[in-house]
Amino acid sequence: MAEVTEVASFYHHFDILEDEQDCWDFTVRICEGISCEMGGANKLFSKMKSYVSKSVRVIKAPCVGRCEQAPVAVVHQNPIPFADKEKVVKAVEEKSLFHKEPLKIKHSREKTFVPTDFVEASLPSLPKDSPLSIPTVVNFEQYVENGGYEVARKVYQEEILADNIIATLEDSGLRGLGGAGFPVGRKWKIVKEQAGEKLMALNLDEGEPGTFKDRTYLERDPHRFLEGMLIAGYVVGIKKCYIYLRDEYHGCRDILEKAVKELTDGLDIELPQIEVRRGAGAYICGEESAMIESIEGKRGEPRMRPPYIAQVGLFGLPTLEHNFESLYWIRDIIIRGADWFAGFGRNGRKGLRSFSVSGRVKYPGVKLAPAGISIRELIDEYCGGMMEGHSFYGYLPGGASGGILPATMDNIPLDFDTLQEYGCFIGSAAIVIFSDHDKARDVALNVMKFFEHESCGQCTPCRVGTSKAGKLMGEKKWNSSLLGDLKQVMTDASICGLGQAAANPINCVQKYFPEEVS
Amino acid sequence: MNAPENFLEKLKSKVVKFNLNGKIVEANEGDTILEVSEREGVDVPRLCYKKGYRGDGNCRSCVVEIKGERVLAPSCCRNVKEGMEVSTDSERATKSQKMVLEMLLADLPEVGHKWETEDGTKPHGELSFWASKMGVEARDELKEIRREAVEQDISHPAMFVDLSSCIQCDRCVRACREEQANDVIGVSGRGAETKIIFDTGVQMGASTCVACGECVQACPTGALMPKSLIGNQVVDEDVDSVCPFCGVGCLLTFKVRDKRVVAVEGRDGPANHNRLCVKGRFGFDYIHHPERLKKPLLRRKGVKKDLRHIEGKTPWQEVFREATWEEALRFASGGLKKLKDDFGTGSLAGFGSAKGSNEEAYLFQKLVRTGFGNNNVDHCTRLCHASSVAALLEGVGSGAVSNQVADVEKAEVILVIGSNPTENHPVAATWMKNAAKKGTKIILADPRLTQISQHAWKSLPFKSGGDIALLNRMIHVTIEKGLVDQKFIDERVNNFDELKKRVSDFTPEKASEICGISPELITEVACEFATSKGSMILWGMGVSQHVHGTDNARSLIALSAITGQIGRPGTGLHPLRGQNNVQGASDAGLIPMMFPNYQKVVDDEKREWFESFWGSDLDNKPGFTVTEIMDQVFADETDENKIRGLYVMGENPAMSDPNLNHARSALAHLNHLVVQDIFMTETAWLADVVLPASAWPEKNGTVTNTDRMVQMGRKAIEPPGDAMQDLWIIQKIAKGLGLDWNYPEANCGVEEIYDEMRHAMKESIWGITWERLQAEESVTYPCQSVDKPGESVVFTDKFPTKDGRVNLVPANPGKPDERPDLEYPFVLITGRQLEHWHTGSMTRRATILNAIEPGPTVYLNGKDMVKLGLIGGDSVKISSRRGEVKVLVRRDDGTPDGNVFMSFAYREAAANVLTNAALDPVAKIPEFKYCAVKLSKVKD
Repeated sequence: MAEVTEVASFYHHFDILEDEQDCWDFTVRICEGISCEMGGANKLFSKMKSYVSKSVRVIKAPCVGRCEQAPVAVVHQNPIPFADKEKVVKAVEEKSLFHKEPLKIKHSREKTFVPTDFVEASLPSLPKDSPLSIPTVVNFEQYVENGGYEVARKVYQEEILADNIIATLEDSGLRGLGGAGFPVGRKWKIVKEQAGEKLMALNLDEGEPGTFKDRTYLERDPHRFLEGMLIAGYVVGIKKCYIYLRDEYHGCRDILEKAVKELTDGLDIELPQIEVRRGAGAYICGEESAMIESIEGKRGEPRMRPPYIAQVGLFGLPTLEHNFESLYWIRDIIIRGADWFAGFGRNGRKGLRSFSVSGRVKYPGVKLAPAGISIRELIDEYCGGMMEGHSFYGYLPGGASGGILPATMDNIPLDFDTLQEYGCFIGSAAIVIFSDHDKARDVALNVMKFFEHESCGQCTPCRVGTSKAGKLMGEKKWNSSLLGDLKQVMTDASICGLGQAAANPINCVQKYFPEEVS
Repeated sequence: MNAPENFLEKLKSKVVKFNLNGKIVEANEGDTILEVSEREGVDVPRLCYKKGYRGDGNCRSCVVEIKGERVLAPSCCRNVKEGMEVSTDSERATKSQKMVLEMLLADLPEVGHKWETEDGTKPHGELSFWASKMGVEARDELKEIRREAVEQDISHPAMFVDLSSCIQCDRCVRACREEQANDVIGVSGRGAETKIIFDTGVQMGASTCVACGECVQACPTGALMPKSLIGNQVVDEDVDSVCPFCGVGCLLTFKVRDKRVVAVEGRDGPANHNRLCVKGRFGFDYIHHPERLKKPLLRRKGVKKDLRHIEGKTPWQEVFREATWEEALRFASGGLKKLKDDFGTGSLAGFGSAKGSNEEAYLFQKLVRTGFGNNNVDHCTRLCHASSVAALLEGVGSGAVSNQVADVEKAEVILVIGSNPTENHPVAATWMKNAAKKGTKIILADPRLTQISQHAWKSLPFKSGGDIALLNRMIHVTIEKGLVDQKFIDERVNNFDELKKRVSDFTPEKASEICGISPELITEVACEFATSKGSMILWGMGVSQHVHGTDNARSLIALSAITGQIGRPGTGLHPLRGQNNVQGASDAGLIPMMFPNYQKVVDDEKREWFESFWGSDLDNKPGFTVTEIMDQVFADETDENKIRGLYVMGENPAMSDPNLNHARSALAHLNHLVVQDIFMTETAWLADVVLPASAWPEKNGTVTNTDRMVQMGRKAIEPPGDAMQDLWIIQKIAKGLGLDWNYPEANCGVEEIYDEMRHAMKESIWGITWERLQAEESVTYPCQSVDKPGESVVFTDKFPTKDGRVNLVPANPGKPDERPDLEYPFVLITGRQLEHWHTGSMTRRATILNAIEPGPTVYLNGKDMVKLGLIGGDSVKISSRRGEVKVLVRRDDGTPDGNVFMSFAYREAAANVLTNAALDPVAKIPEFKYCAVKLSKVKD
């Protein structure tokens, strides 16, 4: 009995009711992610409070992954982009509770989405005045018509050899695009070498505040990812794949489930077993071992390493875990070659990155830009500059966990390994830009509150540290020695990346914006 | 687990060298950094770590720096590696260690519940200990933002919960889920909202908690505390001893303050590895109960023995008067001696106790045999495993278990039959549950679907009394399918052909009709049992307490023998012993047909040996058993074996015998009844003289558990008032009977008595000397040599029978004696409950146990309740052909249709008033597990 309760109580999207307690009909979630907060989420929330009734609950929610559409509200499972009170109230009153069906391509002449069309460009983003919150999705037939699954077929028929693929991936410099940046080719090699049954776990728990690239691709082009998964499965020798999708992506769930069905019905090669698993509202489940625990039906508490999940992972078996985007590029890298991918890059860096840019810029959205681009270049070349009336003040180079940098440091190449010396990292390449209308300390407090909310609570440094830091950072003048001590124990002694990175905002504010807190 | 077997594995593992704080040290591969540090005398703080538990590494107070690693590593979970460079005391490591302690300390209230010192300055147990050791104090700025306090939960009778003192270390969760496998405690919420919950978040007292107390023993900070020891943890003395309740034999420590036992902790014994159950941990205060007998009592002149006195409503002063020991002993032994002189040696009998020590049992039977001059000595083994022992002696030549309970870890299949281990052998059950979690298949065969069924691979709720059919069908199908171990049979089994012939009667259809289990299921479990690498059988009273109890046990022996599932680790026969010393008392000769170590009284050679050993003539006729003695009270006056005088030491036949109205009349009918006990038991109310004796924590002595482990019990406190050591009393009675014993006065000669016993039982315990037990606490027999461990697995190459082979005895198609009929349509099954021991004389006087389970109830399932128009809590009258009792109804859907269950611990509704005294013809054990009753609702 306790085991059931402890799992249920872990996830935000399960509500445990008291005996006899009436349940509301649905919940309105106002995203309080950093971009939405800048976009006016707090105001929206207080306006919506009067709509709370017996049947409707209005709560704040951590980042729902639609930062380019800030502020966002979600009425039950229906996301309202660029939300204002009127739009939300309309949805509530009309009981428009579910994500709309994705659009389909109507004419054969209509061009389907191909990501390489957007290289060194912005991906399509919803215009603010669009009545539609959903893009058009490429279905199985259209994907196959455009050469889809051909690479997978060749791999299965061993026309392309596993070792060559691994070599190509290694040469391309493709690294895990979920945040950790582990070289993809090397990972396949390690898991391939493990004896016995192996599993694959696909991480579509895109929860890092500011990140929405996986959703952007998945909403348009799910099969390219699935093909990457098939190739990985064949090369590494995996018969069963678990796709873990964050619960907030209701529209994507529909798309993904349909795509998996189309694939299993439509492709005549011996496929691995594919299971789509739904998250239940927990940022920490984006951490690879926490996700595995969650797939196993447990609380999403990160595991200690060693053993690494490549050796002892899901259900105790060696597991290949990948972020969505890492597999998304496999097909194109194999077709176009390692040099194609490695050929991009600026400031001495190599490869392509899908930057999720949000905040105070004119055109937020996913920018498929060369690795190593600087923030200044990104804003100017890809985002149309800052929003009207705002001047660049600082930025988060890697979502909530990647630290905070001032506008003065605008020429650092944005890539893996380039930000460490500044106490930051790029992670999933979620760039949030703030302006002279904002304060770094508010940004830092917002993300610390987020970490406090999302800490699994397992280890002391993170559980107590995020909570105490959240209180101390609200004070006008920071207690820098105490915060410094908290920072050190969190960074050094937390079990997983959440706690280790949670202190980055403290550190960065103390270092780059000291005048705000002294 | 910290089982000694790991020692051997460690010996085999590779030795690695690594750098610990600048010093090169050696360790075994697989050791954690923390273990090695401790060995090397390097202090590293730790909170969530508990020796023997799975390391969880969540508190992070033990983090250390490892060269080349980005972040610090938890030393409790990280294994050492060749060439590793570890620093536990670098500035960086200590910074985090101290910060963790400070963060936790700052969140805890100023007042704690587990003081390391008497003055309460270190109020939070291990957290305060490590904080003070590391020189950590919580700074004010952190304390100012202390988390909110949580309301205390005092709902449980035994345990106190204050989650304000909780550090979320999970030790209680691991205690509950992984050690005791109860899954009551969990963690709910997340982040700073993480908190410990019971079940779905209810109060502890309202949860499904079975009060094993593993969590309070595990809690490092005092968030979970035994109510009896909150605050100051400093006691006057810690006395290492053994649990006085069941046969599992858990080692424990009595914590003594101001001459009272104030708490009990589990100790790392081979049978329990620190685990205890609710009785062992919280059921100790009976020893301080105001009703303890403190002075010898003599029946007042002219006060008749009245069965109504048993109800305990009459003040004892109206029936008895206090006497001096001198007067009481003179009266007690004088009365016995007079009867012997007037009516001959056949007129006396003695009931010893399985609750006393080996030394007491040995001395008591010696008193009867040499002082009374007959073999009329028995004890409650007659009422529990007599049939198992009879079948085992006949079949495999030894009455004890072939393998220890812990062997379930090595088994692939565990057949639990006629046993409710989670209630009757709770700590033994934890090993079974642990094994099941690791993949061992439990097959539960029992009419009642008890708690262990939740851990079972297959449950076979056969019809009460259908056991012979079930087991013999299993044997039959095993033979049919050719799954027997022919080599084993050829080499080590007698009478297989006869068995084969006789079991052929048990066709699938016929057997299924009798036992109610489908032929397919029987076949499936039989195949699994036969073909597994190791199949253990553990059984309880459900097998033995039947008129066909011996045949049941014979069938189990046959099943093991023909499949070769005996004689190796992880496979064999284990009758789970009930009383803490029923194994030892039987070994010591507290049975009418055998001298110590099962030497038959009819065997001239053995008898002569004892005659010379004891310097006394001995009777060559087996004595009467417990139930027969009761009948012999009513024998004809001319019968020279008519029992007229009885000496009862620590037994309570007025509650434990079947058909109590008969048994109680017999006790009242005696000319002279001497009762030696710690309380005014139901039996004592019928005595002529009552001698106040010592409780287990008041004496030194050894006991032998179900695993054949001889274990050392030590005196923690003095008996109250004028109460005396049982050994002293037995010796005084012996003296009154004219026996010339000369044991030393110190400790009543317990050590010398043990040594005498060791000489009388050379084949089994010669290698287990008193000194060795003092040092080692627990040694398994058979053990021939002081420098060797005992044999935990026996029958490895031969059986101790005449020809070294198993003798198979085919079972007769037995059925219960009194079947339900129209008038008495229900079957009554009796047994025990977790909280109450045997006849309740101890546990019903233990405050906590009686608070948890305060009164008599009858269990029946929801369907039968509806049929009878009953709801839970209704009062019903249950009657059999022999008597009636009134109890409250409790719903238990694990009780099968047409059956009801009652515990026999309640004086106010003694289940044995109803039971049937029909006996198993071989072992003379009564059929406690089956009689016909009817239920009727009592209007209030």
